[in-house]
Amino acid sequence: MEETISFQLNGKKTEVLIDTSQTLLWVLRNHFGLTGTKYGCGMGFCGSCTVLIDDEPVRSCMLPVGDIADKKVVTIEGLARNGKLHPVQKAFVEHDALQCGYCTPGMIMNATGLLLKNPSPSKQEIKEGMEDNLCRCGAHVRIVEAVHTASKEMKGGK
Amino acid sequence: MKNEEINIQRLPKTSERNGMKRRDFFKILGGGIIILFQPWGILDLFAGTAEQRRSLPEDYNAFLRIAEDGTVSCFTGKIEMGQGIITSLPQMMADELNVPLESIKMIMGDTDLCPWDAGTWGSLTTRAFGPYMRAAAAEAKGVLFELASEKLGVPIAQLEANNGIISDTKDSMKSVTYAQLAKGQRIERFLDVKPTVEDYTEFNYVTKSYKHSDAEAKVTGEAKFTGDLKLPGMVFARILRPPSHSAKLTSVDVSEAEKIKGVEVVRDGDFVAVLHENRDRADEAIVKIKAEYSFNELPVNNKTIFESMLKADSVVRVIKSSGDLEKGNQLSEKIFESEFYDPYIAHAPIETHTALAQLVGDKMTVWAGTQSPFGLQDTIVGELGFPREKVRVITPFVGGGFGGKSPSQQGVEAAKLAKLTGKPVMVVWTRDEEFFYDHFHPAGVIKVKSGIDKSGMIKLWDYHIYYSGTRGSETTYDVQNAVTTSYSQNREAPSVHQFSTGAWRAPNNNTNTFARESQIDIMASAAGVDPLEFRLNNLKDENIIGCLKAVADKFGYVAGKTPSGRGIGIACGADAGSWVAQIAEVKVDKNTGKVEVVRIACAQYMGLCVNPQGATIQMEGCITMGLGYALTEELVFEGGNIIDRGFDSYQIPRFSWLPKIDTVILDRKDQPPQGVGEPAIIAVGAVIANAIFDATGARLYRLPFTPARVLEALKKV
Repeated sequence: MEETISFQLNGKKTEVLIDTSQTLLWVLRNHFGLTGTKYGCGMGFCGSCTVLIDDEPVRSCMLPVGDIADKKVVTIEGLARNGKLHPVQKAFVEHDALQCGYCTPGMIMNATGLLLKNPSPSKQEIKEGMEDNLCRCGAHVRIVEAVHTASKEMKGGK
Repeated sequence: MKNEEINIQRLPKTSERNGMKRRDFFKILGGGIIILFQPWGILDLFAGTAEQRRSLPEDYNAFLRIAEDGTVSCFTGKIEMGQGIITSLPQMMADELNVPLESIKMIMGDTDLCPWDAGTWGSLTTRAFGPYMRAAAAEAKGVLFELASEKLGVPIAQLEANNGIISDTKDSMKSVTYAQLAKGQRIERFLDVKPTVEDYTEFNYVTKSYKHSDAEAKVTGEAKFTGDLKLPGMVFARILRPPSHSAKLTSVDVSEAEKIKGVEVVRDGDFVAVLHENRDRADEAIVKIKAEYSFNELPVNNKTIFESMLKADSVVRVIKSSGDLEKGNQLSEKIFESEFYDPYIAHAPIETHTALAQLVGDKMTVWAGTQSPFGLQDTIVGELGFPREKVRVITPFVGGGFGGKSPSQQGVEAAKLAKLTGKPVMVVWTRDEEFFYDHFHPAGVIKVKSGIDKSGMIKLWDYHIYYSGTRGSETTYDVQNAVTTSYSQNREAPSVHQFSTGAWRAPNNNTNTFARESQIDIMASAAGVDPLEFRLNNLKDENIIGCLKAVADKFGYVAGKTPSGRGIGIACGADAGSWVAQIAEVKVDKNTGKVEVVRIACAQYMGLCVNPQGATIQMEGCITMGLGYALTEELVFEGGNIIDRGFDSYQIPRFSWLPKIDTVILDRKDQPPQGVGEPAIIAVGAVIANAIFDATGARLYRLPFTPARVLEALKKV
């Protein structure tokens, strides 16, 4: 059913008339053109569709868009500020923490959510926090290093 | 680089056979200097099959263009799927052309623009495509020197090139840029020579580490994969799929699906699809179709497949034979007979097979996540009846392939739907479809009979490969009496595989290295010799010996007889022109059977290493991905029904599995570069099996080493 919902998308107040039973993933990709959020399995098992909703990492492939009314949604496109990469994005580039890059936006969003909750995680905590995001190329070792570096930089920025 | 003439027949620049005109690259690309090549002469390197040869376009292809602003475009039929050639190919080209790295633009996997290419696989890009690309660059430089000589009034021999500028070695004030030389030019050159690489020593960019040049686009979400494209009027398709590979559609009722607002149902024989501008509505519609099927399942599953392979009426071929097995038998003091089993495994790239197709006039354009854009073009030509020049395949970034995206059925499906409806159609396979239609790594059985003499030298090697393929089955070791026999599908007999199989990262070699290196370990232990020493005693190849010594050094290996209780294993092998050796340390929980891989060290000899950073990342990726086939990955199936269809049941490596990974590159700057994307995965199964044996005395003969199998093996200790 179509209805108007309003929410904050990447820092901007957004109002949209939409069939609210659609999933957030496909609305982001197809309606808003925010294609950085990827389809990987459609069942919440791989994490490539991860976005932040009110600072929590959430799998957008399982979420009806109606559920985000009045909430704050951040996608990979909303992380960089004024053309400056977010510390997590920067650390992924620095550590070359990706190969094909398809799981990367989901990894970065999940890591950002993790650091919001725990600003100085140990490497063990990073592994635990990233456990349910899948990468098939095997970039894992570098992703752990990147998240660790980002945590240090973010604290330094405070 | 120098070019050496070979006997290539000069081909007409316009095909006389099909009347197809050579592409007018100035019209397509604009002016400047364009180096073209004709694919007929270099088929050997592209390893095309006979079938592919017949379908070759009789056309010249652009290789590189120096535009009028001095930018250099490199055209390659190869694609970028995470292996990093978008970074390493420009390094090679920049060095050959003497231009800044930043001035090179990669144009990849576009069948209208790029040179024909069989596909991106076999770790062939650097070692096979690289020399031709460098030859094209050398040819272009020759043209530039001719133009510069004329412009500056200086003999060619007196000129030098640096950073895209040609200058007089005797008067540096006399200089001209590539951009100035290319301005207003329309020069085409044809590369009809086979390059021989002579000099691998003078480089500015090659041999230095560069980060992925596409990283920034990929961390911001800007990088475009096929599914990220959108065209006006585009619809999403979902296609009706059979529940099993043996199922035949008997009846279908689409009436409920048609009731959903905006849904268009398309039917062409057994091919039924629903289209909607919103993906979620197409998802909703497809499950409303009522379909009935007839089945013809064979009673075989993931547990009984090995038995059926051994019993099958197979085609038997001796693929390698030296010496005399009977003599080997007599020379052996101890004989060892083993059977190793490897299941079907899935590619499971995180990007599922995706394609977007658009028909404009009579021209079909398909954007697809594929490892073989020209292969997909051929399939569309063959299945949908378009003339080849009316089908263009464009390959955006590919979200992982590992061999699984060499077949690209989704591209044909999208093209078919675009043809039937006239609309731009996006096909994004679900994870379920990705598993169901995978061309799986084939299951297989390896039987080995081997023998050693009193001094621990291998005297006999009788090796039998059932259905899993022969790549990597070379004995590696110095054994005089050795025979390798392959058993494969007899076309007269029922199919052993119940679904498609294909190349999976370092195809067949994972299976063969697991079997060979386990058998070597069995013999070393029985001989009471340290497994590293046993290998070194039986090897002659200096490259593999170098890898073993380097990895032992990196790991801090201390010799000992196995099983020592330490949990340390060794394995080595060769793949794609490279050699690898690995040492792993594991912990085995004897109560649960759970294996924890603590660390893996890997040494790889790869000839000249173009981008050490990129090569290191490939080695890490191979090791991490390899943990999956070693520890958990095994496709569960029943007849033609694939039971594993998601990441809930089919477990691929996760962060908590991570061992400490150490890598060593044995760089040989005087040798041509070799394959890097696959070799380091071949030893992961074997090295972990051997480490489990060292930890516990339990020998694992069947991949993957699940807790249940480890417990079972422990009972036999």
